[in-house]
Amino acid sequence: MGIIGHIGRYFLLLKETFSSPERFGVYWRRTLEEMDLLGVKSVGIVALLSFFMGAVITIQTKTNIDSPLIQAWVVGFATRQSTILEFSPTIIALILAGKVGSNIAAEIGSMRVKEQIDALDIMGVNSAGYLILPKIIASMFINPFLVMVSMFLSIFGGYVAGTATGIISASDYLQGIQTGFIPYHVTYALIKTVVFAFIIATVSAYQGYYTEGGTREVGISSTKAVVYSNVVILIVNYALTQFLLI
Amino acid sequence: MIEVQGISKRFGTVEVLKDISAVFETGKVNQIIGKSGSGKSVLAKCIVGLHVPDKGKVLYEGHSFHDMDRTEMTSIRQEIGMLFQGSALFDSLTVLQNVMFPLQMFAHTTKSEMEDRAHSCLKRVNILDKDKLFPAELSGGMQKRVGIARAIAMNPKYLFCDEPNSGLDPQTSILIDELIKEITEEFNTTTIVITHDMNSVMETGENIIFIHKGRKWWQGTREELLESDNKELNEFIFASGLMRIVKKSLKG
Repeated sequence: MGIIGHIGRYFLLLKETFSSPERFGVYWRRTLEEMDLLGVKSVGIVALLSFFMGAVITIQTKTNIDSPLIQAWVVGFATRQSTILEFSPTIIALILAGKVGSNIAAEIGSMRVKEQIDALDIMGVNSAGYLILPKIIASMFINPFLVMVSMFLSIFGGYVAGTATGIISASDYLQGIQTGFIPYHVTYALIKTVVFAFIIATVSAYQGYYTEGGTREVGISSTKAVVYSNVVILIVNYALTQFLLI
Repeated sequence: MIEVQGISKRFGTVEVLKDISAVFETGKVNQIIGKSGSGKSVLAKCIVGLHVPDKGKVLYEGHSFHDMDRTEMTSIRQEIGMLFQGSALFDSLTVLQNVMFPLQMFAHTTKSEMEDRAHSCLKRVNILDKDKLFPAELSGGMQKRVGIARAIAMNPKYLFCDEPNSGLDPQTSILIDELIKEITEEFNTTTIVITHDMNSVMETGENIIFIHKGRKWWQGTREELLESDNKELNEFIFASGLMRIVKKSLKG
């Protein structure tokens, strides 16, 4: 199947996914479970990565702008701007595409090859809606919280690295992270996060849902889910940046 | 009653089903038999609506399934129970939750009523004591029993069994066959079993359809099966040593 065929089938799957649920109670319970699985269980990796990401941004910024003409607080400013505008929403989305996306594709792909999706269809359950919709809603709801945690820890990581190594004083760093703050940038980051969450959940679910074959193909679907989610995220990131910031 | 009229199905350049017509009777174990790759599973998937035939119709009590709207299709599907080759139980749910699943999705009853119904289905297939276990903790035969319990949870009018004996030892196979036969009589279901297991055919087959190279090659009862002079059918049913002994004793 060509790329146009895949895009067409992806949108048809979305149409199925968003058709009305059989039982709201069941979908709601599944959404809560997915929030735990896809969101809460990702807090650890997001926190760890964000802290060190912020630390590296601070050290690299300082070493690159080490000039008497540039004030010291600029390091804190650059760390905050890089974190909010790009690193937290985009890099964390790429990380989550790897962790959550592969999980979604493998879970749904395994269900496909073990005929569990056929079983749902034969019972009269909308399998696309039952399996995919709770994952989309859970991701779009929980990922903004993950990104906010990431923003905080990245900026905190920069503070710790900057002050511990002595490359910037605490007061300069704190001045930097407060200087020229534009609240809209956080809104922009959260809009991106919600869109990326939708992409991760749907592209990965698409790869899993149309898996054909056996366990080897489930692995291939998982890999494709991560690669295609990342590619689409990066393209959409450019489009959103141009649309929302210019 | 389920009737298929002139069903054909093609995948790419390969024509898997060629103009198949047949009637599957209510209250009987109807069997679709044939070699691997003969098209019997594709025929079954066309009947349950997982594949759309290129030509022909599938009629449930005279109503064309593929011409129905979504609501009608859903209501027919709620009357279908299916036992899959690999059982297709949901890994993350316990035995009880698996059997309760169709009830939770469609039945308008309280949770305790659903649990009672699920327990009675598990009791019917003699596996009540395993209700808290997960599918991975069960043997193949037990998984099939749970699959049957889930299939009958909604009191189905139509029961489909895709190779119910695959991977089971002969004794467990006979138990599963007997269970399918008993449930067919008890619930008066239109039961369709896809199999290539001759023991199963001889145990439970009442209306047997032999598919060969995508065509309906022969149809009859198990008594007629042994007396048929159809060359391809004979090659299929007497392929095993045991069946050749049966044939010799019949001739003797």
